[in-house]
Amino acid sequence: MALLEVRGLVKRFLGVTAVDHVDLAVEPGELVSLIGPNGSGKTTLFNCVTGYLAADGGRVTFRGHDLTGAPPHRVARLGVSRTFQQVSVFGRLSALDNLLVFLQQHQEERLLARLLRTPGLRRLEAVAVERARRLLDLVGLGAKAEAPAGSLSYGQRKLLAFAGALMPDPELLLLDEPAAAVNPTMINQMKEHILALHREGKTVVLVEHNMDVVMDISERVVVLDHGQKIAEGPPEAIRRDPRVVEAYFGR
Amino acid sequence: MAADGALLELREVVAGYAEAEVLRGVTLAVRAGEIACIIGANGAGKSTLLRTVFGLLTPRQGTIRFAGEEIGGRPSTQVLERGIGYVPQGRCNFPAMSVEENLEMGAYLRRDARVREDIEALLTRLPMLAGKRRDPAGTLSGGQQQILEMAIAQLLHPRLLMVDEPSLGLDPRMVEIVFDTILAINRAGTTILMVEQNAKKALAVSHRGFVLELGRNRFEGTGQELLDNPDVRQHYLGS
Repeated sequence: MALLEVRGLVKRFLGVTAVDHVDLAVEPGELVSLIGPNGSGKTTLFNCVTGYLAADGGRVTFRGHDLTGAPPHRVARLGVSRTFQQVSVFGRLSALDNLLVFLQQHQEERLLARLLRTPGLRRLEAVAVERARRLLDLVGLGAKAEAPAGSLSYGQRKLLAFAGALMPDPELLLLDEPAAAVNPTMINQMKEHILALHREGKTVVLVEHNMDVVMDISERVVVLDHGQKIAEGPPEAIRRDPRVVEAYFGR
Repeated sequence: MAADGALLELREVVAGYAEAEVLRGVTLAVRAGEIACIIGANGAGKSTLLRTVFGLLTPRQGTIRFAGEEIGGRPSTQVLERGIGYVPQGRCNFPAMSVEENLEMGAYLRRDARVREDIEALLTRLPMLAGKRRDPAGTLSGGQQQILEMAIAQLLHPRLLMVDEPSLGLDPRMVEIVFDTILAINRAGTTILMVEQNAKKALAVSHRGFVLELGRNRFEGTGQELLDNPDVRQHYLGS
């Protein structure tokens, strides 16, 4: 059974059908990229899957749970984590604290445990801090752990958000243009890390315009144009597909 | 001593925000008529450099000379009047106003009567915008907005146009169009200083490139020299 299954998804904005009857099935452990011109519906699809937008039609299921119309926090707690193109961070919190907040958004509130500061909770917090530091090192922000996130450059905030999406150790990771504004050497490290997650058995759906990333690491590429799926297949086939060349790659 | 033909010249510029020192002594010169680009790791100070030249930050040390005149610490309006245009990272036009109104806003500082003519000339050169002249700018695609921002900046006829990550978030076809537009602006006589993470593409169209590292300039050369430099390739170009 597919881990994520999108069937006949429709999303309209005023007169425009941004997502037009899209089917997408992602198997457990798959690494799939979603590409297409600006405005082809990629981010809208992510937003419908993660509950940030209510779809106008179709169904979304994850691990057999019906997610159609579920709010973002419920989607997150089932094990879906995502990044956003437009990153927002808590500017006055440190980079490290930002990661802890990301994590908290994925956990059920245990208010009593929090109030009593039980040993179990403190242990969990110590583990989370260690994980956050490891992820900051991974994205080259180790030296910025205590710096306010507001002092980071735009590219560094993107990297912080990427680390944040990994904090909850999600089952399904949806990455929306993680490589944009990131320098090429760090993009290589990001690629390595996505591949490492893939080897661990995590499922990744990647929206990205950087074809070095898409073609190097994807098992399968799905192409959207004007809200419709126009092609789907292994990277080599997609690169040569005349419809995709016409709609996306251009010359 | 001014570098030969330098339009913009930074010497030992130190600048930053509050206690964070971002630029730690940057020295570079952009010659009149060329396309120069700055590449480097995230947080190296690339955007801060453009912001400092544009007067959004005051240098703590060092000098910034434009066409021979010291401009370090001058307010942005004066920097604009002296002939420097700036398109910041991310698109930031007035989304509810039409394309045409956005262009009119770009000419806000001008007092002459030829604004209308200039806007028409720009729209003729940019058919992609001409077809959308009455549409709200917020309804344009990311690439169209980027081109609009560059068009707005041109209305003050800058001698130097600074662009921060023009390719950000754009699909491959739009990246080509945006770079072509930058080349066309340059051919029409405007000097370009851009910051790009699409480093290979940016270096390929640049006469000169600078690599910034931790607030200092580390490498400098023609675009091709940097593309061929093994250290630059390994540490900044990812190959």
